[in-house]
This record gives sequence, C-alpha cells and structure tokens, in this order.
Amino acid sequence: MFRATLKSLLARKLRLILSGLAVVLGVMFVSGAFVLTDTLGRSFDAVFADAYEGVDVNVSAKSRMEVGDFEGEAVAAPVPAETVERIRNVAGVADATGIVAADGARLIGSNGKVVTSFGPPQIGANWVGTSDLVQLREGREPQADDEILVNAGLAKAGRVAVGDRVGVLTLEPKQEFTIVGVFGYSGGRDAIGGVNEVMFTTPVAQRLMLGQGDAFTNVTVTAADGVANDRLRDDIAAALGADFEVKTGAEVSAEASATLKEGLSFFNRILLGFAAVALLVGTFLILNTFSIIVAQRTRELALMRAVGAGRRQIIGSVVLEAVAVGLLASVLGLGAGVGIGALLAYLFGNLSGGLDLAGIAVPPAAVVGAFGVGLIITVVAALLPALRASRIPPIAAMQDVATPDRPLTKVTVTGAAVTSTGATLLFLGLGGHAGDNALITILGGVLFAFIGVALLTPMISRPVVGLLGGIFSWWMPGKLGRLNSGRNPRRTAITAAALMVGIALVTGVTVILDSTKSSISSLAEDKIKAELVIGGAQTGPRPPTFDPAVLEKTAALPGVALVGGAYGDLAQVGDERTWVGANSDVSTLTQIFGARATAGDISRLGPDQMLVSSDVAASRGLSVGSTVPVQLARAEPKTYTVSGIYEADELLDPITLPVSAAQGFTIPQPIAGFIQLTPGAQAADVLPQVEPLLADSPEVSVADREAFIEQQTEPLDGLLRMIQILLLLAIVIAVLGIINTLALSVLERTRELGLLRAVGLGRAQTMGMITVEAVVISVFGALLGIAVGAGLGAAVVEALRDEGITDLVLPWVDMGTMVGLGALVGVLAAVIPAVRAARIDVLGAIAHD
Amino acid sequence: MTATVGRQAQAAARASEVWKVYGSGEAQVIALRGVSCEFEQSRFTAIMGPSGSGKSTLMHCLAGLDSVTRGTVSIGETTVTGLGDAGLTKLRREQVGFIFQQFNLLPTLTAKENILLPLSIAGRKPDQAWFDTVIETVGLRDRLDHRPAQLSGGQQQRVACARALVSRPQVIFADEPTGNLDSRAGAEVLKFLRNSVREHGQTIVMVTHDPTAAAYADRVVFLADGQIVSELIEPTAETVLDTMKKLDTQVEVGD
Repeated sequence: MFRATLKSLLARKLRLILSGLAVVLGVMFVSGAFVLTDTLGRSFDAVFADAYEGVDVNVSAKSRMEVGDFEGEAVAAPVPAETVERIRNVAGVADATGIVAADGARLIGSNGKVVTSFGPPQIGANWVGTSDLVQLREGREPQADDEILVNAGLAKAGRVAVGDRVGVLTLEPKQEFTIVGVFGYSGGRDAIGGVNEVMFTTPVAQRLMLGQGDAFTNVTVTAADGVANDRLRDDIAAALGADFEVKTGAEVSAEASATLKEGLSFFNRILLGFAAVALLVGTFLILNTFSIIVAQRTRELALMRAVGAGRRQIIGSVVLEAVAVGLLASVLGLGAGVGIGALLAYLFGNLSGGLDLAGIAVPPAAVVGAFGVGLIITVVAALLPALRASRIPPIAAMQDVATPDRPLTKVTVTGAAVTSTGATLLFLGLGGHAGDNALITILGGVLFAFIGVALLTPMISRPVVGLLGGIFSWWMPGKLGRLNSGRNPRRTAITAAALMVGIALVTGVTVILDSTKSSISSLAEDKIKAELVIGGAQTGPRPPTFDPAVLEKTAALPGVALVGGAYGDLAQVGDERTWVGANSDVSTLTQIFGARATAGDISRLGPDQMLVSSDVAASRGLSVGSTVPVQLARAEPKTYTVSGIYEADELLDPITLPVSAAQGFTIPQPIAGFIQLTPGAQAADVLPQVEPLLADSPEVSVADREAFIEQQTEPLDGLLRMIQILLLLAIVIAVLGIINTLALSVLERTRELGLLRAVGLGRAQTMGMITVEAVVISVFGALLGIAVGAGLGAAVVEALRDEGITDLVLPWVDMGTMVGLGALVGVLAAVIPAVRAARIDVLGAIAHD
Repeated sequence: MTATVGRQAQAAARASEVWKVYGSGEAQVIALRGVSCEFEQSRFTAIMGPSGSGKSTLMHCLAGLDSVTRGTVSIGETTVTGLGDAGLTKLRREQVGFIFQQFNLLPTLTAKENILLPLSIAGRKPDQAWFDTVIETVGLRDRLDHRPAQLSGGQQQRVACARALVSRPQVIFADEPTGNLDSRAGAEVLKFLRNSVREHGQTIVMVTHDPTAAAYADRVVFLADGQIVSELIEPTAETVLDTMKKLDTQVEVGD
C-alpha cells in the first residue's frame, strides 16, 4: 500500500506541486517571521551590549509615570547633579559620570530639511570624552556653548562636515551650532543601531535635552578593580535610597533590548497573521486538489477495495500522500522563509539607518512552526477527501459510476450554521461584549464567517455562475465554458472561496480605512473653523513641532483673527493615564473648534485651572470646582481645579490644561497651529506671510485646511497600500488554486475535449472555453469576496461609530478594480490549462478508453 | 440502389498508397501497407477486418485524425495530407462528421444542443427544415430537452448520429457505432444510417467487426495485415461471414 501511494504521488507531480506551493508560501511566511524577529532581536542585543559596554553600574531616577506598550519611551525624572558626588563617595566606585541623553535632537541637514531616522531615536547628549566605544574621528571636543559633535552616521545622512554651521531642534526651537567634530564607534562603525547622535557641552545638553540645569538623565559608574558589579549596585542603591534605580550595565542593556523586542513581537504577530491568511487559502486549495484526485481515482481506489484493501488502508494512503506533500512543502517553505527573513532583516537594517545585523540563524521556533503548520494544514485538508475515498464501494471498479450530484442540503445547512456562529462571534467581539478577548473573538468570527460562506458557496454558485456566464453565452465556446464552471458546484465553490478570502480582506480593510479617512475629513471640514493650518506629516515616533513664537507672530499678521497652537501629551490625571491637551489661546476652543460649555466658563483658563469634557466629567464624577492632581512627564505633581466643562467631541481633548502646563509635556512645543482669518481676508494672501515665519521650523508647513486634512490622513493611505500588497499573496495562492482546478478538470475531460475538437472546435476556441470557465470562477470569487469584505468592513465601522467613525464609505472604485482583477486573475490562471487543452491530441483523446 | 451507386460514383474520400508506420527499429509496427481505396459519394461503406488488421488506423487517417507516413488522403476536393491544425479544424467543421462507439455526448448540453453543437461551434445557422427532417428520422422529437444522462444508450447514439448528420458533411465516419448497444438498438441505428444514405444521399464510412452490421452497408472492404484483401458489393451477413472465415484461413496459412 505504501509503495502504491508513493507511485501514485510521483505520477501526479504537477498537481501536487501546485497545491504544495500554497503550503510552501504559508510556511515561508511563518518561518520568515521567526527568522526575522530572531535576527533583529539578536542584533538589538548586540547594539545595547555595545552601548552599555564599559558601564558597570547605571543610576537613574525613578520615572514619574509608568508607560505602557506603544506609548513611547518614558521620560525619566532627572538625576540631580549632586548625586554624582554622592555616588563617587560610595566605596568601590572608581568613577561616576553624569550623562545627559534624550531622544529628540533633530539636526537640520545641508538641504534645509530635518534628518530623519525612520525609527531609531535621535539622541542629544552631553560630550563626556572618548572611550573604548566612542572615538573622535575628526575635529575636537566641544568647548563653547554653540559647538557640537555629531556621529559619522548623522554627518553622512545630513551631508554636514566639521566647520558647518547647522540648526538643531530640541526641546527648544531651532538653535544654531558649529560642528567642531565628528565621532564614530569601535570597529569603524558610523552609528550604533542607526541612532543619530548630537553631542553638546554638558550645560547646553542639560538645557536643551532635559529642560533644566544641574541635572542628568543618568549616571554611569565604573567599578574599582576587584569590585563585583552586582555588589557595587547594591551598595550604591543602599547609599542613594529608594528614589533611584540602580542597575548593572548588563541589566540595563537587557531591559532596553527587551523593550525593542516587545515592538518586534508585535511585528511578528502581524507577519504571522498574514501567514494565517495564506494558510487558510492554502487549505481550501489542498482540500480541493485532494478531492479531485480522489474523484479521478475512484476506479483505482475501488479496485484496491475489491482486492482486499480496508477502509483504513484507503484513508491511510490518501493521508500518507498528504504527509509527503506537507513534508516537502514544509522543507521548501522553511528554506524560502529563511531567505525571506534574511532579506527582510537586511531591508529593515538598511531602512533604519544601518543596523548591524547579527548572523542569520534558524531559531527552533521557525523549524517547529514550519513543520507543524505545513503538516497539520495539509493533513487536515486531506482528511475529508480521504474519508470520502474510503466510502467508495468496491463495485465502483466494475461500473462506470457516474458520480451522482450529491445534494447540497447538508453542506448548506452546515454553512448557514457556521456563518451564523461567525456573525455571532463578530457581534460579540465588535459590540464589546467579549471583554478582554475581543480581538480573539473578532478573529474567530472572521475565520468562521469565511469557512461558513465557503460552505454556502456551492449553493450560491448555481444562480450566480449561471448569471455571470450569461455574459458569454452568445459565443459557443463561452457557453461551454460557463456550463463547465457550473458542472461541479463544490469544486467551483472551493476554488472561488479561496479567492474570496484575499479579496474579502482587502475590501474589508479598504472599507474601514476609507470610512475612517472620510469621517476624519468630514469632521474636520464641518467643525474646524480655521482657514489655514500649520502642521507636518509625522514620519517617526515624534510628531513634528514648531517654535511657539510663530503663533504670536502669526497672530500679529494683518488678516489674522485668531491663532491657536495645540499641544498634547499623555499624563497621569488622578489615578488614570489620559491624553491631555493645551492650547495657546483657550478662546479658540469655542471660536475654532466649536466647543459648547455645559458648566462653568470655558473661554478662559487660569494657571491652576483645567477644562474637562462632559465624558470625563461624568466618568470621574467631576464638576466645576473639583480638584484633580496631575502628573506631567517633566513637571512636579500639581493640583488643578476644574473651571469649566465642555460637551465631549472628537475634535476636543478630553482634558485641556493651561498653556503654561505644556512646558511639562514630553514635547513642550506646539504640534499644530490653527489660523482663523478676519472676515474678507483671503487665505491665499495670508499664507505667503506665514511661510517665512516657519523658516526655522522645517518640520512643519502652513497649508489650507483641505491640504492639512489630506496630509493628516496620508499615513492611512500608506497603511492601506501595505496591507493590500501583503494580502496580494493570498490572491496569488488563490490563482494557483484556479490553475490547479482547471488543470485537473482539463485532464478529467480529455475525452470530451477530443470530441469537441473532432466536431470542429478550433484551438483558439478551446482556449477561449477554458478561459471563460476560469473567468467565471474567479469573478464569482471576487464578487463573493467584495460582498463578504464589505459586510465585515461595515460591521467594524458600525462598531467604531462611538469612536467617531460615522461615515460608512464603500470604495466603489476599488471594488470595481477588484472585479477587474478577478477577471484578470481568471485569464492568467487559464493560460497553462488552456494551452494544455488546446494541445490535446484529438485521436488520443477519443480513440482510447 | 445499384442505380444510385452508378449515378454518383464520384469519390467522397480517397486514400492513395497510404502507409502508416508506428515506432522505429525493433519496435516498428506497420499498420497500413500502401492502401489505395475510394469511397464513393452517397454510399454506405463498411471497413472490416480482424483485430490488428489496420481498419481503425485507415479510418483515422481518412478522417484526418491521424497523419499518414506516406501517400495521400483526400476528402472531396480537399487534400487532407499536410493540413495544419487550422485546416484540419475547418475540414472537421465543414466536411467530416463522426459517430463514436462511446457516443461522446457532452453531459452538460441537452440532446438538441448536442445535435447543434458542430454548427454552433462553426458559427453556422441550422437549416430548420433539414434539422426537422433529421429529428424525425432519428425519432427524438420528444427527447430534445433531455440531457444525455437521461437517455438510453440507443437514444444517445441516435443523438450522436443526428449530430453527425445535421451539418451535412461530405463523409460521416462511424467507428463501431453499434459496439456499445444491444442488438435491437444497434439494428435501429444501422437502419437509420442506411436510410440517410438512401434517402438523403449521405456518404458513410463505418468500421465494424460485426458481420450483421456490415450487411447494412452497400459495400464492404476487407483489410488484413494493413492491406485491402477483398471487397464485397451488396453484402449479406452470410457472405461477409464467409469472407471473414476465408481471411482467417488465409492468415493462418500465411503464418
């Protein structure tokens, strides 16, 4: 039995390669994701190990706030300067150095634009001399307050050199410095992990990066000879007391690396998500292939039963075939995944400014994932066909049993049940009834919905395929193609369902993002009563900012009625972390953003007062006169009194603090400015007057409201493109599925094709017939996908109504494109099977059994 | 009947010095050894011979389904030998009809659609009167909307015959048309084929190994070992059987 299986496997190379390819692609994604994250993880380890090389113990102050995932880095409280002396006095300390180092030093390159890093921080620090790690390459140390050093990576990226006069944006607006030196790192490296570094003199670094003198971000300690690091750590901790965090260099390095890896694991989950989509589509494909193979081998299998093979042996033979395919596909997928992972790591390293990659290795998770996923998917998909094969009666060997059209009732009922399970899960997940498991519930709902619809597809396919095919019925080959595509509803259905998954996901995501975009735009257009807006597109973790002085200067321009500069940050308000805002002119809340007071006075704000939205007031039980303690990133805790409550609105911050509080924000500069003109003033006249004011704030520009909205929603377009490209893979797999189904159908209908050729069907007509069959299937899949995707998207949009997504936008153009894509996919998929069909030897096809 | 034959003794299909060789070297098999033969218009010719005599090969070569190694084949005015795929397709559309042992109907089409298939493929309109005549002759009027799976073997073969007839080809090639039918259904099909020759002037070339079937033909050509060895005009089952027996003896003697 084993030999017989292997032989039949070899005899069906092509179709197994095609179905195996789907598994290969899915496995490739899985193992690629693991290889990528493993490689990057080890690279990060190396980066931080380097950065903390020579640091035996590190002392920092406890952060004022806990920062959660994806909220950026915590702003640590500064370490008072006198602490350095205190540490030096601890026994066993050889030396202690006060360090200032913080993200947010943005150098303006020779082209007048801010040098961006695309991810890694842009560190501004104090120069503490060369070390084993840091080496001065050119020039000298900074001595005067307007002298800086830059690392070689930054010098190259910004095309600046020693002697250049450059602007640097920090906590303060642009200031001019002279580059007096360029430094690099041990091993001839220009940068570590793509980080750009600007080195100031210590007082300047304190002022610009910390916002206060006589303090450091941390203190690095070198142990005296023979003193163990962890021992010294404990001694220093004991000497300093509970307000400080004292860790060994190795601990800090591991923690820093772990934080970045946290971000990577998110990336990993996304890649695995796409792998799951690819594998779901692949499952349909394998299920279909094995079903067709079993159908075509009916006689052979029946003969085996007739000569004494048991049911288990039949199931075993089909499953064995699946195991062989799964194994081979896993091996190939793992190989391809290592390649893809390495390639992505290389791209990532380059994009992020030259991360030195650790060697590519294959982590055990990649191997286990590849083989686990590859084998399980293939075997599970082959199980149903295997069971069907085992039910073939031995008598089938003797008779030419026409495979009867099995009724679709059972599969339809099951499909309806599965679909409604999916819908229920989606309802629970999206409606917020699933608590912490919302994401899992939603994903489960989507999966069930897909499988359910796939099961319903045979039923739907009859009328829809008939209708679609009607377009081609005027042409005989077209009519034959249409009839063929309706011939085996299950086969057509699964093939179309594979395409449905990819298209549904693309459509769903497009619906959600387009709706979001449209909601944001219409909200802004309806409510923001500002003709001009100052702002920039965010390219990294920090939003673009500008000099607050611009606001005053703009307000003084003729034709300008009102200017509001918006600040924002996360803060600890009471016992909860919340987004807080500040505005340079509180009256803009009512004048520009249309805020309506529900209590108190919202038109003015004293230095100890705050405004809250009605939602915040309700949830925290606040009323005018209530006092709330607020902890900002860079300030001492302070208590504010609620002086007014405004009606909650998507455009308004939940809490508005006085503009003086903005100095305590992580980014103490305005991130957007809204300009309202006097009646009769023209935006086109005022705009050229604002532009020169922004000369020292190259991260932002002034634009009319429409352009600003477009700029703000642009990242959504980028996100959409990226998701579409990744989901294209699912569509590629579906194309393989169509090729496979058609190729097998052509093989099955060899005799029929021979007859058609004998009665005068030309080669071109034969190809046309196959192509119509493919196009009908693929367009059916595309339509199904669009319907399912629009449904899913609309459900999500509906669930997000409370979050301010009020418009439901159905992307008709994209949907039309996808039907076109479906047709194109059909034509492409038909090429190989059509050529094969056209080349069938007429005599061979009809003269022999 | 003789008169009919005499009046239109023009060739509808012709083979001249046709050789067909399969394989090469040790494995070489010579299926036809210089066969020359004419099939007159409006006549029903049967090709007979023992298994391996080359009768099927001769028909395939005549119909343009298989290429000849040497010699030429022509149908009507058309020289089949050397035609490319486009030429062969045109030939099949306009000048040749087929009837197969396995019926070979398309399961997705109704009887009527199957009958009209060659015309639809060629993009030609059926001649309604002729279509009606064909349907009446084969007696399928009430079965036109049925699919092949709903028809008996005899009915399916009659649909196949109607399909061959409806485009009025120069020649219809029938390959063991009664091979899969019981004797009653077979007799009906054969009568029907003979009538189409007598009443409508159709030319039919039929390969068979059944003497009873051959007796319906106007003429029987006997093949043995790739050569034409004998011929009978106005055969009966007995004369055919006798000739076959003689052939078998000759072959045995020859061996």
